[in-house]
Amino acid sequence: MTINADPLNLIVCGVGGQGNILIARMIGRILSGKGFFVNIGQTFGAAQRGGAVYSSIRISKKRYYSPLIPKGRAHIIAGLEPLETLRILADFGNENVMTVTNTRPVYPVGVLSRRAEYPDPMTLKKTILGLSKAAWLVDVTQMAVELGAPIVANIILLGCLLGIGKMPISYEEVEKDIKGTFPASTVALNLTALNKGKEAIEARA
Amino acid sequence: MPTIGRTDQGDRVDKFLLGNEAIALGALEAGAVFAAGYPGTPASEIIEDLAKHAKQLNLHVEWSTNEKVAAEGAAAAAIAGLKSIVAMKNAGLSVALDFLTHLSLTGLGDATGSMVVVVCDDPGAHSSGDETDSRWLARFAYAPLLEPSSVQEAYQMTREAHALSEKYGCYVVLRSYTRLSHSSSVINIGEVIRRPQKVSLNNKMCLTPYLARPKHAEVLKKLSTIEEEFERFPFNEYLGPENPELVIVASGSAVPIAQESVELLGVEQSVGLLKLATLWPFPRKLVQKYLREAPKILVVEEVDPFVEYHVKEALYEIGGEDHAVYGKLSGHVPEYGEIDPERIVSALSEILNIKYVARTEKYADMAREAVDKVLVDRGLTWCPGCPHRATFWSLEKALKGDKRGVYVTGDIGCYTLDVFPEGKCQMNLLHAMGSGVGLASGLGQLSKFGCDQPIISICGDSTFFHAAIPGLINAVYNKSNMILIVLDNNATAMTGLQAHPGIERNAVGESAQPINIEALCRSLGASVTVTDAFDIKGTTSKIRELLKIDEGVRVLIVQRACELLRRRKQKSKPFSVKVDDEKCRGEKCRICYSAFRCPALAGNPETDKAEIREEGCSGCGVCVSVCPSKAITREVAVP
Repeated sequence: MTINADPLNLIVCGVGGQGNILIARMIGRILSGKGFFVNIGQTFGAAQRGGAVYSSIRISKKRYYSPLIPKGRAHIIAGLEPLETLRILADFGNENVMTVTNTRPVYPVGVLSRRAEYPDPMTLKKTILGLSKAAWLVDVTQMAVELGAPIVANIILLGCLLGIGKMPISYEEVEKDIKGTFPASTVALNLTALNKGKEAIEARA
Repeated sequence: MPTIGRTDQGDRVDKFLLGNEAIALGALEAGAVFAAGYPGTPASEIIEDLAKHAKQLNLHVEWSTNEKVAAEGAAAAAIAGLKSIVAMKNAGLSVALDFLTHLSLTGLGDATGSMVVVVCDDPGAHSSGDETDSRWLARFAYAPLLEPSSVQEAYQMTREAHALSEKYGCYVVLRSYTRLSHSSSVINIGEVIRRPQKVSLNNKMCLTPYLARPKHAEVLKKLSTIEEEFERFPFNEYLGPENPELVIVASGSAVPIAQESVELLGVEQSVGLLKLATLWPFPRKLVQKYLREAPKILVVEEVDPFVEYHVKEALYEIGGEDHAVYGKLSGHVPEYGEIDPERIVSALSEILNIKYVARTEKYADMAREAVDKVLVDRGLTWCPGCPHRATFWSLEKALKGDKRGVYVTGDIGCYTLDVFPEGKCQMNLLHAMGSGVGLASGLGQLSKFGCDQPIISICGDSTFFHAAIPGLINAVYNKSNMILIVLDNNATAMTGLQAHPGIERNAVGESAQPINIEALCRSLGASVTVTDAFDIKGTTSKIRELLKIDEGVRVLIVQRACELLRRRKQKSKPFSVKVDDEKCRGEKCRICYSAFRCPALAGNPETDKAEIREEGCSGCGVCVSVCPSKAITREVAVP
């Protein structure tokens, strides 16, 4: 069931370089084409320096909303990195939030240098589940590696997001967007990635 | 950016535009043909975007040496009768202000040119040293000031700003801010205004602010005419009920947030919103009209109480002592930082005595516990392969054991990350663009007051051209005792690898004659040494040598292109790097992953050895010279 909220608040989060802006813009483009007012807020600057980044996507039938989502008022969170998913949940989550997240960590430099510890995967998973009404945890990085293209992890996550069926956007609309806007040589790979993501969610139903 | 030249009124552009891209498009469609700026977050994309269209549309687009020169270039075009735009961040406006205060007094001459000054503020200082509110500077410089509240308005008001500029013969300031410049949506576009084909300069008149007093009076008169026009400006509007209990006066980013806050509290029937887009000259009559009957008023804006002071002034003129005005001055909204929904909701809740709950207390407790017990920080750091990490490593080594208390001034660029938690913390004093050299020039004069600590100043190549050269000349001329280390990475890297006068291409990608930093410094009379950032041994010993000399200005140029630039040209890694587990001492040493701290090096807690993270490693091989046990080795990579 599609979430019936206006504005609908979606956050796509991760670490610089994972491609969160690309999928945020795809979603925005498709929904704008369907007559929604969509405003996307982005974090700049941290992107290439290992920083935490997120795009906030405000979707409405009425008007453009501020790119700033009120604290505690996200409806859906799509995370490309589990620690960042938790960071966003802590700020924007609530009893009804739906979460789709990659489970593969990208270690912060403090962890790599053994001055801090990355949370244990089970604890991280439990905390994300505890802060979500429903959460889907998928290793999209592993799936992308298996496709021979780590770069498409974001498209797999987008497939997962479509798979949960909470967005006012259909699988076919995303397929069409990929065919229409991606470089021809990458279309087949991205369509496969999208489908893998959707199937990963459907396999759990 | 959409196709330029679509002329059907109200067409929806089928592409997401950043606020900055919408400003660029607005300028183009207003007929702007001359664009100049200096990169700075959150302003950079305006000039970048125009540069992409320069060839196709026969525009002049440049990255200028600094914001003052950029403003002068744009003014020159406007005086010749062209339409121009200059874009900068908040700090840049301060650099350009000397010229802009003069330009207000003369205006743009008798041709039909126009000039829009876009200043992108950074409330909350996400990517800046400060969160200065530039709106005061427009008032200070007698310049009309517009502030859009959405991407659509950014586009339309850039066009309006050009129209006003042309009509009144003065430049107009368009104030943007991070949450507008860097948010994106689809917009409706208007028709394209035709560009002039040929212009000429009027050499029969003199434009100068000298003999300024009468000109000052003229400017004030012009501003009062513009104030009248602003009373009718279409982007100033009142939204809400007829007899509101409270009116929110909002500008910029606060407009959509105020609208949403009213909805969140469900007070649409009793609260109205007066949205202001023209902030200077302040449309007093309009404000008086809508606020006359309002018992309560809440003013929300970023960052200072600029509108709030002017609202109070406007109310004073109509004897409005009975109004309760809430905002930053009353303490209902913090006087610093960004406006966010929580701030407006909390002010409204307090004034109207309504409770707002974003989520249950139970959930909030769980979230707090997760933050305390599970979350860890993700600090910003230099990229793997960044020459700055190597340079600061060499600097740290060179300063180790020097008992004289070497004092280091810094500057603005990627190397500023040195003072962040994941940096090397070598810099002691860090201020505005180019200030590191000026400060060092002063510090290098203190020996007669008993201070004999050696002085080192660090600045990047783009910063060097922007504002460090006058400081360096000052240091040489006044016989300061200091070392300047120029980190020459061949780009304005921090803001996205833009061009600058030291590299072989310009803003639009044409080849350019680069200015040689080494030759320039020599011509000033400084001693100059050159080194490679990746040669840690050589750089360290060169810094030590320079520290032995106790007089004059010594320049060390540390060369090595930004890693992101290298990766653009070369996909393969230069070296394949390996760790020998036999030799690696793991936690007993931890120099490579914990002290040098390249994110492509990790300490593996299971094996207690260092490891190379292939997916992150740039193959620069610098860590080989960092390892004291010779455990890290490199081989030329086979592509």
